[in-house]
Amino acid sequence: MPPIDLILNVAVGGILTGLVYGLMALGLSVIFGVIRVVNFAHGEMMTVAMFLAFSAFTAFGIDPLLSLIPIAALLFAFGYAMQAGLINDFVNKPEHTQFILLVAVAIILVNVLLMIFGPDARGVQTDYSFDSFEVGKLIIDATKAYAALAAVLVAVVLFAFFRFTLIGQAIRACADNYTGALVVGLDVKRLYALTFGIGAACVGAAGAVLVLITDVTPALGPSYTLQAFIIVIIGGLGSMPGALLGGVLIGLTEALAGLFFTPSAKSMFAVAALVLVLLLRPQGIMGKRQR
Amino acid sequence: MSKVTTKITVSRRQLLAGAAAAGSFLAAPAIVRAQGGPLKIGVILPLSGVQAGIGQSCKRGVDIAPALLKQLGYTQPIELTTVDFETNPDVARARAEKLIADGVHMLAGPFDSGAAAAIAQVAEQKGVPFMINIAAAPQITEQGYKFTFRNFQTAPQIISRGLALFPQVFAATGKTPKSAVLMHINDTFGQANKRAIDAIFPKANMPFKILDSIAYDPAAKDLSVEVAKAKATGADLLMTVTRLNDAILLVREMVKQRWEPMGIMSPGAPGLYEQQFLDTMGKYGDEIITTIPWANPKADMTKMVEAEFKKVYPKDKLPGHIFNIGFTFEALLVCADAHKRAGSTNGQALADAMRKTKIEKRVMVGGPIEFDEKGQCNTIASVVLQNKKGVPTVVLPKEASAGNVVFPMPGWGKRG
Repeated sequence: MPPIDLILNVAVGGILTGLVYGLMALGLSVIFGVIRVVNFAHGEMMTVAMFLAFSAFTAFGIDPLLSLIPIAALLFAFGYAMQAGLINDFVNKPEHTQFILLVAVAIILVNVLLMIFGPDARGVQTDYSFDSFEVGKLIIDATKAYAALAAVLVAVVLFAFFRFTLIGQAIRACADNYTGALVVGLDVKRLYALTFGIGAACVGAAGAVLVLITDVTPALGPSYTLQAFIIVIIGGLGSMPGALLGGVLIGLTEALAGLFFTPSAKSMFAVAALVLVLLLRPQGIMGKRQR
Repeated sequence: MSKVTTKITVSRRQLLAGAAAAGSFLAAPAIVRAQGGPLKIGVILPLSGVQAGIGQSCKRGVDIAPALLKQLGYTQPIELTTVDFETNPDVARARAEKLIADGVHMLAGPFDSGAAAAIAQVAEQKGVPFMINIAAAPQITEQGYKFTFRNFQTAPQIISRGLALFPQVFAATGKTPKSAVLMHINDTFGQANKRAIDAIFPKANMPFKILDSIAYDPAAKDLSVEVAKAKATGADLLMTVTRLNDAILLVREMVKQRWEPMGIMSPGAPGLYEQQFLDTMGKYGDEIITTIPWANPKADMTKMVEAEFKKVYPKDKLPGHIFNIGFTFEALLVCADAHKRAGSTNGQALADAMRKTKIEKRVMVGGPIEFDEKGQCNTIASVVLQNKKGVPTVVLPKEASAGNVVFPMPGWGKRG
């Protein structure tokens, strides 16, 4: 049994990384919860955001925590345009056509990134890349702490938007009752575009933050898409708090599995957690049971 | 006028002889093509992907080779084609096949044991000599291959020759660790080194014991858990088997977790002395030790390499590249030398000539470049290398040293 302070240190690191994972998955959950379209280009959109943050840092020296806002705005515009110009026509079409469409978008994004940046890993090294905070026996990685804090702030803003703004409430109305939203005169297509934009903005923010923690390559996209799926399925597809919770659980599972078993097999345990949730609670921890 | 007819009778033996002659005639253009013209060498390197930094470093050795070879008297026409295997052994195999299809006479590279094993299979099938610059997995030259040659230490040689230098470090400084933890990358190279350590360490009579060994994923994006585990062992010394990106992640994480063992010592792995590591880590990269084959600073050929490198890459620093450049250049030197002696670009003739290689003057520390019956060069020596103010510096053995060995290394917070 490892010492308790080691377990705590590893657990805190896992939770902080998990919060960033949660923000990434939040975007996927928002989009699915409202539009009922699964974004198979999710991870690729995040690598786009990571490369944007990397470029802003290397070209202008802008810290990714600051470039987060313009990158989220850019991804919002991209998501809005993609939903309005492309996906809206596929919303009522069979799911396999939606799947093919978004996989095609993903492949295009990966190849555009390869053409622009090449296949090499790129990273950002800030002034605080080597810093850590000592709290009793806990040593907290400063980069991860800032990234997690940014993820929580973005999530809080998102929750507040859906809860307290008229547009947010209208989007929730669309999610709850599509026909009812049409009957009361809501512009559902525009709201869908806004929703996809908001989901993409979440991914943009997550990408800008994640580049502080890990290097980025164009090939990373599919693994992040898969990870986002695992998280939202564990948390509950369509549930925003579920996505955050799923992210934290995955971050924690990976970290503790690395500690108690072999580190090189830690992602196996995340998939094992998914299988467990699918067996015991198929709708996810915070998801609603389908009737 | 009488009509003369001649009955032609062909015996079975004559038919066979005729068929052989016809076969030779039909094959002749290929043979003529293979023996004439310039020597074409295909160099396969990881120019992108996880090992891109090291691959780019090796490529500098290719870039300076043509001028250096001419200076050394290898004036025959040589064409070098460098291709990228994207740090993927399957791609390496495909690149080797494509290069051979395009008509190269020899292959060189690839700085990766997995890729070297894949290329060696293709080279054997096609009868094209393959000169390995850097790759340590011992099995590559244990397969009975006739066209594969390696001018680099095998993993057991790296470990045994590297570990043999550890006590010299402790003796020189009067400080000896009592325990160590091993962290190693979980790829072909890392596993080969781990096996070699497991086999050699118990017989090496080292003054410390290994408390634990921790493997990590080659594509790991975060080593925080692994470093936390290593730190928790309370070991005095960290022994590492790294590549480049993971070496950066590992030491960065050590700084963040404020883990300050007596030292970080690598018995022969790359990463900790690479220019990209030194540039990224700054002061945190100093006083880290690697026991490794290295360029002999006093050798004439090393001075020639330095001069040419300065000409081609005026803005780059050679010390962080010299290991990759030295071995890559020597690989091409062996190819050029074999071609000159063979007087042919025929694969078998080149391989026969390579087997008889004896190059006395070289860049790296050690005896002459020559190969045993397995195609392995066993004359390469190791030195103790310590990073000092961003420069990998030979500190032991004394006769080749350019600085004093420091052990234990200063804490992260005491580095100015």
